[in-house]
Amino acid sequence: MESFLFQAFIYLLAAVVSVPIAKRLGLGSVLGYLFAGIIIGPFVFKFVGVESESVLHFAEFGVVMMLFLIGLELRPELLWRLRGPILGLGGLQVGVTTAVIFLIGFFLGFTWKISLAIGLILALSSTAIVLQTLNEKGLMKTEAGQSSFSVLLFQDMAVIPILAVLPLLAAPILGFTGHTTEEVHQSGFTIESLPGWQEAIIVALVIATIIIIGRFLVRYVFRFIAETRLREVFTAFALFLIIGIALAMQIVGLSAALGTFLAGVVLADSEYRHELETDIEPFKGLLLGLFFISVGASIDFNLFRQEPYLILGLVAALIVIKLVILFILGFVFKMRRSQNYLFAFSLAQGGEFAFVLFSFATQNSVIPIPMADTLILVVALSMALTPILMILNEILLQPRFSTLDQRPESDKIDEKNPVIIAGFGRFGQIVGRLLHANNIGTTVLDSKPSQIEMVRRFGYKVFYGDASRLDLLHSAGADEAKLFVLCVDDKDKALEIAETVKKHFPNLEIVARSFDRRHTYELMNLGVKVIHRETFNSALELGASALKLLGFRNYQAHRAALTFKHHDEKSLVDLHKHWGDEEAFLIQTRLKNQDLLELLSSDEEDKEENMDHSWERPGT
Amino acid sequence: MSNTYKNKILIIFAHPALQKSRINVELCRAINNIEGITFRDLYEIYPDFLIDVHEEQRLLLEHDIIILHHPFYWYSCPAILKEWIDLVLEYGFAYGHEGTALRGKSMMTAITAGGSEDSYKIDGVHYYHVRDFLKTFERTAALCGMNYVPPFVVHHTSKLDTAQEISVYSDLYKKVVISFRDTDIDFKTLNEFKYINDYILDQFESWSV
Repeated sequence: MESFLFQAFIYLLAAVVSVPIAKRLGLGSVLGYLFAGIIIGPFVFKFVGVESESVLHFAEFGVVMMLFLIGLELRPELLWRLRGPILGLGGLQVGVTTAVIFLIGFFLGFTWKISLAIGLILALSSTAIVLQTLNEKGLMKTEAGQSSFSVLLFQDMAVIPILAVLPLLAAPILGFTGHTTEEVHQSGFTIESLPGWQEAIIVALVIATIIIIGRFLVRYVFRFIAETRLREVFTAFALFLIIGIALAMQIVGLSAALGTFLAGVVLADSEYRHELETDIEPFKGLLLGLFFISVGASIDFNLFRQEPYLILGLVAALIVIKLVILFILGFVFKMRRSQNYLFAFSLAQGGEFAFVLFSFATQNSVIPIPMADTLILVVALSMALTPILMILNEILLQPRFSTLDQRPESDKIDEKNPVIIAGFGRFGQIVGRLLHANNIGTTVLDSKPSQIEMVRRFGYKVFYGDASRLDLLHSAGADEAKLFVLCVDDKDKALEIAETVKKHFPNLEIVARSFDRRHTYELMNLGVKVIHRETFNSALELGASALKLLGFRNYQAHRAALTFKHHDEKSLVDLHKHWGDEEAFLIQTRLKNQDLLELLSSDEEDKEENMDHSWERPGT
Repeated sequence: MSNTYKNKILIIFAHPALQKSRINVELCRAINNIEGITFRDLYEIYPDFLIDVHEEQRLLLEHDIIILHHPFYWYSCPAILKEWIDLVLEYGFAYGHEGTALRGKSMMTAITAGGSEDSYKIDGVHYYHVRDFLKTFERTAALCGMNYVPPFVVHHTSKLDTAQEISVYSDLYKKVVISFRDTDIDFKTLNEFKYINDYILDQFESWSV
């Protein structure tokens, strides 16, 4: 226990110290984590040693979570639209890179089996590092970001056939040990004993189950849990869901990351999406950080010291080969120049799958152990160099392109809506419908599951969540939104939300519904400028209808109501300064009411005060 | 029923404060229940100025004679009638290459003015004749291919004190509307008159002879 706490302490300390420094220096969090890993690793301070490898395996779950989150951002139709890049670009990248490395290996005198295995393994790039870095730089939605993502997704799928092929490449003496993965061994139950066709059916069934559960059942469970209003249970369920899917995928021998990605896509349409995102995000962030630290800690500097030139040469060769292939592919796929550079520099490294696959390959006697160790080091170094390469691209190459060319293509992904509506009850719905009717995209948040369920039936997209939570506001896109429409019916909640929004998104304009005068002043004190009292305007309209029924001309009634409205709204603002001083406030209020009476009186003798006396002059 | 009339009449009426008016209220009372005419009180129908253009255009198509009835404010019409003209007499509907919907219909203005007839001339306060000020309406009608009928004008409203005096005009207005409804309009004769008032008085004189 003690050693576990000490370990945790060291990892966290390293992260807390190095990541903010790296961020401050503009190097990005990934580099910070990697350095932290190197520093606490066996070759500098020796705080962590051999066990870092098991930490690495554990931390890989961060990648699984990341793919789940990415899936959540990708609606199925969007994924479908990416099928071209995924299969075309991804397929070519893996195919061509494998072929080139295979040929090089073969001509260097390795057997074709070893060359092919190395080619397949090194063709993969690092999902974790690339996506984390692109996300952090806000480049995910650019052409290059989308293409990188497509290639990485294809690679994730390619891992499965690679795992199946590797044992076939085994050196004949040790023979075939079965087509299981390391992950499958850990799960304790496998379906390997079943014939191939049964296995295929089971795989299909598991995937179908994930889709069906995600699509039709999970909503009810979420709703049930959300209604208990226990946040931690919701979080627990979200984790349970991901781990469950990961386990199911491992049992059938598929990649857990792919499975959770699929689950994410299925849930991308769900109204609980933002809540899920905010709940999983911290876990993902920490695990991914842990993963990067472990990668840093696992870099074997002893090995490096023995053959520095060979290692450096291999790293350079790996990066250059991948870079050139990626660049050519980007050219073939007609990427713009600046995007092509970004794309090529992003993916020019070995991936974390290489760690698993190399150890798998050695277990199956495909690759000799010393060679695998060298290559693992090469991959780790290439991963560590990726953020640096991307920074170089940013500083040296990108400035050559005009800003126009660099502009991210904003329409490719998804719903970053200009307006966020908090509270979608009787009030918010009207605002939402009006905006909707005028083609303004809105992201709607509501904290009542029953309400969400109800309006969903009318085709509205509402997300479950408490809008006073900063993380939820972030994932709802408050950074980029233009306007925040505050329509919740809970007075204190409204103040809490307004305060949070004002504090963390000072540029996000708020329009707010208030309960009454007092509430209006409280909102004004928080700096909200546009506030409408919830019953004021409808009461006025009812009043105008009453006047009309009492014989007023329609236009006269309408103007009387408007006059009243403007006077009252002005006095509301004027009286703000007296708010808090009860006596002065009452006196001033009475004075204002007097003004209004005079203003509205249509007494014939009082023509000077009468607002529209010019209409009754001669020409009538 | 409407088949029995020669012309269908649409009265577009605009007065922002009819509750305070003395003359217009009587003029309206005289005509708004006559069979075969459609009376539209714009301020009553559109207190928020959001004019239903399609509905207004549909009504225009259904009628033969359009009367714009309003007090004469600043030598022109009240705000909502301007809004109505701006929106309803749309390009492509009322004018322009394919805007032929109103062609062959007739338009008349019915106004109440504070000043006497004498004040509307070159040596009067207003310098120009009422017909001069109404040129915008006259051209509007012409551009829509409509015949412009001389206006019905009530002058010097501040001097009309008794119900008796007012009813002279409301009766006359009623006669104008009924005569339009029931007879073919002879534009040639009509256009010799400055105001329609004179024409109708003329007619009734000749009838009574």
